[in-house]
Amino acid sequence: MCHQTVSLVARHLEANGIPTVMIGSALDIVEHCGTPRFVFSDFPLGNPCGHPWNPDMQTRTVEIALRLLQSATAPRTTVRSPFAWKPDPGWRERYNRVRPEDRERLLALGDSRRAAQGLARRTSAPA
Amino acid sequence: MNNDADAAPVPYMERTRNYYRALGYDKDYVWARFDEVPFAPLPKPLAELNVALIATAGPPDESSRDAHGRRRVWSCNVDAAPARFDTDLAWDKESTHTDDRETFLPIDAMRRLVSRGVVGGLARRFHRAPTDYSHAKTIDQDAPELLRRLREDKADAALLTAL
Repeated sequence: MCHQTVSLVARHLEANGIPTVMIGSALDIVEHCGTPRFVFSDFPLGNPCGHPWNPDMQTRTVEIALRLLQSATAPRTTVRSPFAWKPDPGWRERYNRVRPEDRERLLALGDSRRAAQGLARRTSAPA
Repeated sequence: MNNDADAAPVPYMERTRNYYRALGYDKDYVWARFDEVPFAPLPKPLAELNVALIATAGPPDESSRDAHGRRRVWSCNVDAAPARFDTDLAWDKESTHTDDRETFLPIDAMRRLVSRGVVGGLARRFHRAPTDYSHAKTIDQDAPELLRRLREDKADAALLTAL
């Protein structure tokens, strides 16, 4: 939901004359929405500006974004960050995975959420 | 540098759809989609630009929520930014952490780039854009409020980050 929110905000700012650039890790959500300028960090969600405690990478990532503010000539301009995530081959499969052994637990979790919200089954609302 | 550049990006919309179906929701969330994309050219060179930061993490207390617990737009002077934030949002809590705020709110990185002359300045406040499943709330309430605050701070451009 973070990526959709900042995409919608960026669109509003641009429509009112303020140029924007976004840094994020959910390429599909951003490109589905449609934004002016985007730096794609191919990392797990949570650290779009660089690895934790790595100020050099963070500064270089922000510089890429600022340079894109200046260089982009049309909307939907995406630049891929040159940095990779840490040695952790399993990270791409991890977020919101649904394995067969998870199904019973997830359905119970959904039921408790709906009970807490006083809702019947309804449209999902990602956090 | 990126040595797995050939790997396909994670399909988050599909992943989220399958996850919520597994939770028992029978209607899929409809993600925002637009054919037209607005585009504003830079009003001045980068080295003269005053840039505001907008993130989605909020203050570590409940001060930026309304009476119903719903997150509101929140702004803070960059000199008074807390070290820790409320990052109770959807990110990959199994693969990483958000203990270093610079990974999602790059105040120090911006200052380094200001001191090097890459960019003109960092606007006096940074802002939290509240995440909400309602497109309308973001578009009709939160985004206009953020625009108003950026204009108040004389920001020329914005750098937005998503957790």
